[in-house]
Amino acid sequence: MSAAVEVELPAMQRMSYMEAIVQAQIEEMHRDPRVILMGEDLAIYGDGKVLSTFGKQRVWSTPISENSFSGMAVGAAMTGLRPIVALSIASFMYLASDQIINQAGKLHYMTGGQMKVPAVFRCSLYYDKSIAAQHSDRPYPMFMNAPGLKIIAPSTPGDMKGLLKAAIRDDDPVLVFEDSTLWTTKEDVSMDREVVAPIGKADIKRAGSDVTIVAIAGSIKPAMAAAKELQLQGVSAEVLDPRTLVPLDKEAILRSIAKTHRLVVVDNANRTCGAAAEIVAMAAEEGFDYLLKPIQRLAVPDVHIPFSPPLERVLYPSKEDVIAAVKRIL
Amino acid sequence: MLVNRERGLETYRRMLRIRLFEEAASKLYTLGKVPGACHCSIGQEAAIVGACIALRDDDYITGTHRSHGHPIGKGAKLDALMAELMGKATGICKGRGGSMHLADGGVGILGESAIVGGGIPLAAGAALSAKVRGTDQVSLSFFGDGASNQGTFHETLNMSAVWKLPVVFFCENNQYALTTSVASSHGQPDIAKRATGYGIPGVIVDGQNVVAVYEATSAAVARARSGEGPTLIEAKTYRFDEHQVGLNIIGEPYRTVTEVQEYTERRDPLVLYREVLLSGGIAQEELNEIEQEVAEAVRHSIEFAEASSMPDPLDVYQHMYVNPINYPPRVRA
Repeated sequence: MSAAVEVELPAMQRMSYMEAIVQAQIEEMHRDPRVILMGEDLAIYGDGKVLSTFGKQRVWSTPISENSFSGMAVGAAMTGLRPIVALSIASFMYLASDQIINQAGKLHYMTGGQMKVPAVFRCSLYYDKSIAAQHSDRPYPMFMNAPGLKIIAPSTPGDMKGLLKAAIRDDDPVLVFEDSTLWTTKEDVSMDREVVAPIGKADIKRAGSDVTIVAIAGSIKPAMAAAKELQLQGVSAEVLDPRTLVPLDKEAILRSIAKTHRLVVVDNANRTCGAAAEIVAMAAEEGFDYLLKPIQRLAVPDVHIPFSPPLERVLYPSKEDVIAAVKRIL
Repeated sequence: MLVNRERGLETYRRMLRIRLFEEAASKLYTLGKVPGACHCSIGQEAAIVGACIALRDDDYITGTHRSHGHPIGKGAKLDALMAELMGKATGICKGRGGSMHLADGGVGILGESAIVGGGIPLAAGAALSAKVRGTDQVSLSFFGDGASNQGTFHETLNMSAVWKLPVVFFCENNQYALTTSVASSHGQPDIAKRATGYGIPGVIVDGQNVVAVYEATSAAVARARSGEGPTLIEAKTYRFDEHQVGLNIIGEPYRTVTEVQEYTERRDPLVLYREVLLSGGIAQEELNEIEQEVAEAVRHSIEFAEASSMPDPLDVYQHMYVNPINYPPRVRA
């Protein structure tokens, strides 16, 4: 311990999901000098606070070269640093995907364990904002299909802070999908710098007994609203947030459907080969005997995200969609 | 000769190790003992070793699918490399990489990328890491003429120039990306001239002349180590064999017999360097001794590889994650 006077911090602090992202990075960068941040125009997003706290040796503002600065993070990670790459909008992950999939995700395996790549690749799911198809994708299912990566998609400020810290400390490459529709969500979050949330563990956001609603990232909002309304109608819905998509906490999902015998999966990614599709397939393969009724899958239809608000709004599963799906299988 | 007697002979030893290792690998491939694909760098030994010998042991390298030469040039032992070619459990990558991916971390090889241009940003990242960690390590990226047309080349050279990273970009220009010639794929034939666009030095060097390659790389390494930033080196070299062993290309030949003969008969880097050594006062016997020693090391690597076991299929999930969580996934019956 240093001799400096320790200023006592409150055990809990109310913060937004966006503030949790910044706080997690600042705490980990204080804790470990190997952690650096790289990305485009960091000053204008939440990461501006990280930049002003740590300066240019720790925060690298990059040119618009997503694939190569992601690859540089891989090279830096292999040689003793723990880089965080901020790719801003999730659609830009496609540009970085060669280095993420072919290098970050594969090098530990391809070198027979000689190399490790402790890098974090962050991006925001920036949808439902009228910015059209090239900025609005929710591409985590594509990366779920690329082995070697870990993928988290937290839905609350507390989970975000705890899981992002766990991602930075993890020795494998971790992709972080931050849901911008949750940026302003607030809750009391632990300020204990050593509190991390476990990667690979789901969380029951609301306990219930009649139906399991698995909700990914931003779809937690309609799922929770639906559960609340169903409660008034005498239906007890359990809402489960996987929090980590790779590795998926299959046991938690199976335990829940063993209790409720009914499953609805809600996801704001596209329907075909989506995260919901994977969860539904897993439940059908491994939990078939628990189920009394067909599984319900709510996802975004296979269409591009349009610019005009009334065209876009109807695409994401709503509270009403979730309630209707639950009622179909009661 | 190179710097001094000892360095000069070590250079010859490493060049010869690449040559004899790859001649053996080609035969083993033809015999069906090396699965997959086998890309040899025979003809390019001076470019590879001249660059490697200018580096320190703790400097980093990234390479390409034509991967055998880079670890050997940096000083790797041959046994685990040969075992890897045969897919054995004792291979340097435990049978998970093969001929295109002979990365030996023990000599600073971070990866041999079979995605063309894929290793360029990795090398710059290692240089950035050295800068942040405050070491004076340098990293060097080997890539081919084909890779210089990838986006990673442009993006990484630019960023490395902006940040003055301690990295050397080393283009082994063997003049053909598989069958595509530089003339048919580059706006002008000198890749090194592109350096001007990034504000860094670009150097063309005779890739068949190991002393010239060493001198050019040493200057670039010194510049990188002193914090002045990257250099792009283009070594004009030539691949003696086909793109990969046993490749049968139908139709019009993409290079002429005369051109190949010009290099194999008159510009063989080993023959040229042997003459340099002899005229520099090294005794014939001493070279013969090195030649026997290298042949013995290659023979030993083949025996080692052949005697090694194949990996256990049950271990296929090993090394997917440093920190596996719920992995490998268990499927309920």
